[in-house]
Amino acid sequence: MSNQTDFLNRRLHSLLGVIPVGFFLLEHFYTNYHATQGADAFVEAVNFLWAIPLLPVLEIFFIFIPLMYHAFYGLYIVFRAKNNVSQFGTFRNYMFVIQRITGVITLIFIIWHVWQTRIQLLFDSTPTAHELAMDTASILSNDVTAILYGIAVISTVFHFCNGMWSFLVSWGITIGPRAQLVSTWVWIVAFVVISYFGISSILAFNDPNFAINVTALQ
Amino acid sequence: MSEQTAVVEQQKTVHLIFTRQDGPDSKPYKEEFHVPYRKNMNIISAMMEIQRNPVNSKGETVAPIQWESNCLEEVCGACSMVINGKPRQACTALVDKLQQPIRIGPMNTFPVVRDLVVNRGRMFDALKKVKAWIPVDGTHDLGPAPRQSAIEQQWRYELSKCMTCGVCLEACPNVNDNSAFIGPFAVGQVTLFNAHPTGALNKEERTDALISDGGLQQCGNSQNCVQACPKGIPLTTAIATMNREATKHMFKKWLSF
Ligand code: HEM
Ligand code: FES
Repeated sequence: MSNQTDFLNRRLHSLLGVIPVGFFLLEHFYTNYHATQGADAFVEAVNFLWAIPLLPVLEIFFIFIPLMYHAFYGLYIVFRAKNNVSQFGTFRNYMFVIQRITGVITLIFIIWHVWQTRIQLLFDSTPTAHELAMDTASILSNDVTAILYGIAVISTVFHFCNGMWSFLVSWGITIGPRAQLVSTWVWIVAFVVISYFGISSILAFNDPNFAINVTALQ
Repeated sequence: MSEQTAVVEQQKTVHLIFTRQDGPDSKPYKEEFHVPYRKNMNIISAMMEIQRNPVNSKGETVAPIQWESNCLEEVCGACSMVINGKPRQACTALVDKLQQPIRIGPMNTFPVVRDLVVNRGRMFDALKKVKAWIPVDGTHDLGPAPRQSAIEQQWRYELSKCMTCGVCLEACPNVNDNSAFIGPFAVGQVTLFNAHPTGALNKEERTDALISDGGLQQCGNSQNCVQACPKGIPLTTAIATMNREATKHMFKKWLSF
């Protein structure tokens, strides 16, 4: 019998990109978008998440491990390709390369982002949601950081949306050229909408009034 | 006056730059040629010109360019090479339609035997691996074949145009020395034989082989293959079709332990 572990690994990589990692991305953007409604709304959204039972277990098994698998198997895929857009400058070939570049940007960003907003917090004794809001606002009040976050958000959303396009092909859902073209447009729209949510959240934290409001709440 | 034009016409040349290689393990090098222009020349006839008079642009007599070709009408696939950056057939690469100097090299995805001659043996291995045939051999009478609809026939006709030329492998970013990917064409062939009413009897076997190491899963959807295929085979549609088959196949296998 032939060896199919390669197939299973690749399909697992593809599936994990959507469930749970893609799902988590959307949830994460949804929570953060509350910041646009003011510090109050954001704190409430964070407290709602923190009330989920067994949260650390969920975080490890539902986010961390799947993401690590997707990221490191993704790197393996990235470095095995011999990109050739200079020879074949077609739309899909560009998407292929950008999918790989944005994957690497996303990985670098996630390491930095988790360090800043998560690991460093652990050094504090248990922070409150207010403190978290405060810390995030102070991180993003730096315009350079906010711009880097903005670039990372767009890159990640691109990776997710183009990844969804490719997921639908990889599982045999969009088969013919017409279905794939419609899917391209659907995911372009999704890219714009999700990026809008992400960027608005960053701008909300970047706004000096946000920090003032958090302090007032405390 | 007309005599003068004729002379100028005669002196018109085609400038060719070849990437040559003397043997499988020799180092590749570039060599330039200027061959006399004729109307409607293609790359094969330009190389035949070099065969006739193997003198390079520096005036040195050298070994003529080695290449493979058979049909001269883009149905055998033997003359595939990289012309001005694109893998394609030399016999249908018309000099009038190419920008000069014309740069010609072998398809490096395959082991180079000499000059433009490459060994496409891995494609044959891939076809064997995925069982790209219909096993109907035997001495007994198998009766008439099942009837087929015209739509099915048309779909299979498109897929059957594959001439194993290797262009889709050369174009694919995931076919290279670091990967074991057998290439888009093999997926097209499995789709072809699985779509045949008699071939469908061995459908599962082919799908199973297609998703083994280096198989279908290595496609990363750059879709270069469908753009590059000289026969216009709907390779990406075949890939997505087989992706659906593979999804079903995977669940069926899992649920029937
Ligand atoms: C927020 C985090 C991420 C999300 C939501 C995500 C999502 C996705 C999705 C949905 C796909 C499509 C799967 C398919 O083609 O079938 C995908 C593909 C891919 N991802 Fe990610 N991804 C993330 C992070 C990463 C990271 C950190 C890397 C590491 C470099 C990476 C590398 C890749 C690669 C190379 C592909 C293409 C696979 C292929 O073409 O077969 N991804 N991703
Ligand atoms: S000689 Fe047969 S395809 Fe060119």
